Amino acid sequence: MVIDALLAVAALLLLAPAGIALAASPIGRPTVYGASLALSLVLVVAGVVSLSGHHESAATLPFGLPWLGAHFRIDALTAFFLIVVNLGSAAASLFAFGYSKHEKFPGRVLPFYPAYLAGMNLVLLSADAFSFLVSWEFMSLSSWALVIAHHHLRENMRAGYVYLLMASFGTLSLLFAFGLLAGASGDYAFDTMRATPPSAELAALVLILALVGAGSKAGLVPLHAWLPLAHPAAPSQVSALMSGVMTKVAVYGFIRIVFDLAGPPAWWWSMPVLFVGAVTAVMGVLYALMQRDLKRVLAYSTIENIGIVFVALGLALAFKANAMNFAAALAMTAALLHVLNHSLFKNLLFCGAGAVLAATGERDMEKLGGLIHRMPRTAFVFLVGCAAVSALPPLNGFVSEWLVFQAILLSPQLASWGLKLMIPAAGALLALSAALAGACFVRVYGIAFLGRPRSNAARDAHESERVSVVAMGLLAAACLVLGILPGFAIDALAPVTYLVAGGRMPVQTAVEWLSTVPIAESRSSYNGMLVFVFIAASGMIAAFVIHRLASDKIRRGAIWDCGFPDASTVTQYSDDSFAQPIRRIFGTVVFRAREIGEMPTPSSTAPARFTAIVRDPIWDTLYAPLTEFVAFTAEKLNVLQFLTIRRYLSLVFAALVLLLLVLASWP
Amino acid sequence: MHGLTFDIAHMLAGSLVLVSFLELYQDRLMALINIYAVHAVVLTLSVAWQALIQDAPHLYITALIALSFKAIVIPVALRRIIVKLGIHREIDNVVGVGLAMLAGIGLVALSMVVMLRVTAEADPLAREDLAFALSVVLLGLLMMVTRRNAVSQVIGFMSLENGLVLAATGAKGMPLVVEISVAFSVLIAFIVIGIFLFRIRERFDTVDIQALDRFRGERR
Amino acid sequence: MALIHDLLFQGGQMLLVLLLAPLLTGFVRKVKARLLRRRGPPLLQPFRDLARLLRKDAVLAENASWLFRVVPYLMFAATWVAASLVPTFRSGLLFSWTADLIALIALLGSARFFLALAGMDVGTGFGGIGASREMMIASLAEPAMMMIVFAIALIAGSTQLSTMAAFMNSPEVGLRVSLGLALLALIIVAVAENARIPVDNPATHLELTMVHEAMVLEYSGRHLALIELATFLKLLLYMSLIACLFAPWGIGAATADPAEIAIGVASYVAKLVAGSFLLAVFETAIAKMRVFRVPQFLGAALMLALLATLLRFVSRSF
Repeated sequence: MVIDALLAVAALLLLAPAGIALAASPIGRPTVYGASLALSLVLVVAGVVSLSGHHESAATLPFGLPWLGAHFRIDALTAFFLIVVNLGSAAASLFAFGYSKHEKFPGRVLPFYPAYLAGMNLVLLSADAFSFLVSWEFMSLSSWALVIAHHHLRENMRAGYVYLLMASFGTLSLLFAFGLLAGASGDYAFDTMRATPPSAELAALVLILALVGAGSKAGLVPLHAWLPLAHPAAPSQVSALMSGVMTKVAVYGFIRIVFDLAGPPAWWWSMPVLFVGAVTAVMGVLYALMQRDLKRVLAYSTIENIGIVFVALGLALAFKANAMNFAAALAMTAALLHVLNHSLFKNLLFCGAGAVLAATGERDMEKLGGLIHRMPRTAFVFLVGCAAVSALPPLNGFVSEWLVFQAILLSPQLASWGLKLMIPAAGALLALSAALAGACFVRVYGIAFLGRPRSNAARDAHESERVSVVAMGLLAAACLVLGILPGFAIDALAPVTYLVAGGRMPVQTAVEWLSTVPIAESRSSYNGMLVFVFIAASGMIAAFVIHRLASDKIRRGAIWDCGFPDASTVTQYSDDSFAQPIRRIFGTVVFRAREIGEMPTPSSTAPARFTAIVRDPIWDTLYAPLTEFVAFTAEKLNVLQFLTIRRYLSLVFAALVLLLLVLASWP
Repeated sequence: MHGLTFDIAHMLAGSLVLVSFLELYQDRLMALINIYAVHAVVLTLSVAWQALIQDAPHLYITALIALSFKAIVIPVALRRIIVKLGIHREIDNVVGVGLAMLAGIGLVALSMVVMLRVTAEADPLAREDLAFALSVVLLGLLMMVTRRNAVSQVIGFMSLENGLVLAATGAKGMPLVVEISVAFSVLIAFIVIGIFLFRIRERFDTVDIQALDRFRGERR
Repeated sequence: MALIHDLLFQGGQMLLVLLLAPLLTGFVRKVKARLLRRRGPPLLQPFRDLARLLRKDAVLAENASWLFRVVPYLMFAATWVAASLVPTFRSGLLFSWTADLIALIALLGSARFFLALAGMDVGTGFGGIGASREMMIASLAEPAMMMIVFAIALIAGSTQLSTMAAFMNSPEVGLRVSLGLALLALIIVAVAENARIPVDNPATHLELTMVHEAMVLEYSGRHLALIELATFLKLLLYMSLIACLFAPWGIGAATADPAEIAIGVASYVAKLVAGSFLLAVFETAIAKMRVFRVPQFLGAALMLALLATLLRFVSRSF
């Protein structure tokens, strides 16, 4: 299996120079995206076969470090993430078939796209620290090239710069983490790391480093600053991949290091993870509510969902540390299922945003509106995506959130006081973020797709390409199927939870009527299929009865609006007005939000002005001082550029003397 | 130990915490005084119930004192004072209601953790009542800290004192002497503060603590 | 045979809630009117209103989309399914295992999601106000409701409504502080979710501070009838929920017995009557809050529910 996967990855890598060669010709796009689609599907099959067949396969290739080689392995965890990553890649490639027609500079995107896919898959397949880190950097660099594809826009260059900085920082943390895991022997293969877990203090350090390193790539607050800059800057199919898939690779890195390689967890390990996860979930969605740019809203929503995943992972760590394997399996299943669900609906939403961008040329929601009439199919699938991300039954977002809540309800059995206080607070923050996500996506869909068009661009929008609509439709169908029949996915996750959490959930496909029973029948159960059937049946019965017995006539008329309709489209609610109540409640505390209204004096013809000021607290407290400090230090160190030869020689001399001193005093 | 008596004692102690939260939620002085009267009534019921189940008749007297002084006399007097001072409509929070209630939850959590860990071997009924009592004390302190108006601070002080009474009656065998002295100290404190309020009001036309700081020369 | 029996009861429950819902609202209106010394509309007026609306043509705005037309059916279906899952006169409903209390709240959440979208569909200022404020209230009421569910589920050991009702009816439950806090929080959330005074005014139709009525301003005819029926059902659902969780006396056990069923139905109707009285008195006695005082009100509910859950985590006996 792993050889087949590696061959597929090699083929993807070969596509990159093919992309350079074929960029100008008309067969370039279909070739590259078509081949990417096919290879991603091959990798999905490899993952499915490994996961369902319960077999692992490994291989060692003679690349990389001479005494180490390059180890590759597919175990249950890798197989699951291969499925997640490549399903997302396949959907994005299919979408890009149609969407990339609008790309003005294909030569900047086509070579790096398959390289990016290859990089992500290599991270998942790696079984030693060296290949892991090389693939991780390769993935970051290829996505960076894609982020600055449209480098004529200043904000994209800034986004690329911040992205590169944060990615390097993350890799550095992971480097240290792997260094600590390898220990004094310096053997970087994962098998050796697994066999010799580090001491308790070193393991704690590994946890923090992994949280920082993988977390910055996943988008945990406060290391998230690059995400809302970089994800919107890239072309839409790449944004879909970065949000839906690359963040999951980061989650994989975290799970691999903390649950697999770092040894048995201590009792307090879950506390930083829970804390960071809960804060990320709430901050992510609050940020999302303040944004005007459609893609930026989606990027912040990704941050929120990653927060939810990390809360579930924190719960799994807490249960595992207390040897409650069954509960740990439940929490881990919730986390992994949310990983899968989020990659599906976030992909769908970003593809929809890409379609809107292609149709209208606008990402600013203030200039959209009424698109449900101009782009009906795109609007329908986007609605499914919005409903899924708001965790509405019977779609898939609800199932994973429900499982997280069930895991929280098992946690009073944990002994630690800190956890007893932290978990209800985390649960409250999670519920708050779910409710705010609903508000956020009502806002997004209501302003962008409903209402009346606010600009000519929106008025003249056209439907997206057939292929793109099909890709989005497939994703929407997958969301519905996973929401109705989650039992199959939960059962498929059993080998993964055995591997990382030491237990599994009860067999779901054996439950009658295919309900989802996480713990026991009497305790809680949920049947998505029957809920869907009931709602559909009740709705149709109501429609049938009413149309037959009462009336089914429709008349069209002017907008009522209490008798004062206004033809101007600016009098409808804007994205800013929709978020104003929430900005006033939460924003005054979190964002120091202020509203300033300037009214002209009577008889003056000057316009009234309304300004809403929102400050990003994390940028102000963390990033701005840091960048100032770095700039200050760089200024001071700049002196080193202009020294005389004598001064350079004295620097070399001083370094030599210092090293000799160290050697002399070494015990 | 889940008999009905245990549960009712618990309910009354918990209701005292709830009424303390309601005090934090108020921003009008008249409503605050009424809620304080309810606070004192709940304290009365709790002490009376303890008297019943501990079979300690002197606690009935404590309950009676709580009812007459704290639930009737003091609120009535305070109402008269604030109407006279003309401050009965004022709103006087330093931090918003939301933040104050969030801090309140944190304090309750803190007192739970502290009490239940420190008294790990004691009688379960007393332990949890003590935890609630400490919460009431901390919430009273929180009210004193987050209010500008001197009258609200007085009420915070008195709720704090109610919490102490709850703690004292929860433990068995508290003598009456302590209660009388405590009640008198409250009364005296109230009289003193009342006099000061009148004097301050006469002199500066305000009882806002920040304004007084300015006159003391503390404010920049 | 048992299956048919259970199916009949489930079907009976669904019909019962459908028939009782308009009657409940009519009763509340009547009591409120009497408290204001008016005669008030007849008890069956909501039925007549629904029949009248159903017969009329639906007038749609020129730019109303397919979503606008579908939402009333979707909202009604979601609310009806949710209302049929709450035990009223008998626990152990056949389909109680399809959705537990968390799923029920999410079902009501989806009804609200789609109604807010319908409010934004036509593109008027009123629709936007309604949708925006509804989502603001929801952003606080839903977490409060979730914490209430946690608190009760930690006591009852389950999130299944039938199991919870059976547990609350048994002698093991005792008097608990967290239950008292959860009850208070649930009453506040129920008032907010059903758009009752002090959060919203269900009686007037032309105020700028209204929330629910602003969202449905463009609806008419059978669509409006369905949305009104869904609103009635939601009120019935919340009252039944409070009754089944906090006043569960008289609910028949899962094993049917005609005498017990009769007692169950009678006690359920009695509880509804008592609840309507209390609601009417509460609404008449209190004034409507200004809009930005509502978040503090709901924030208090969230804090109370959080405190209840915290107490349950901290000790088994709270």
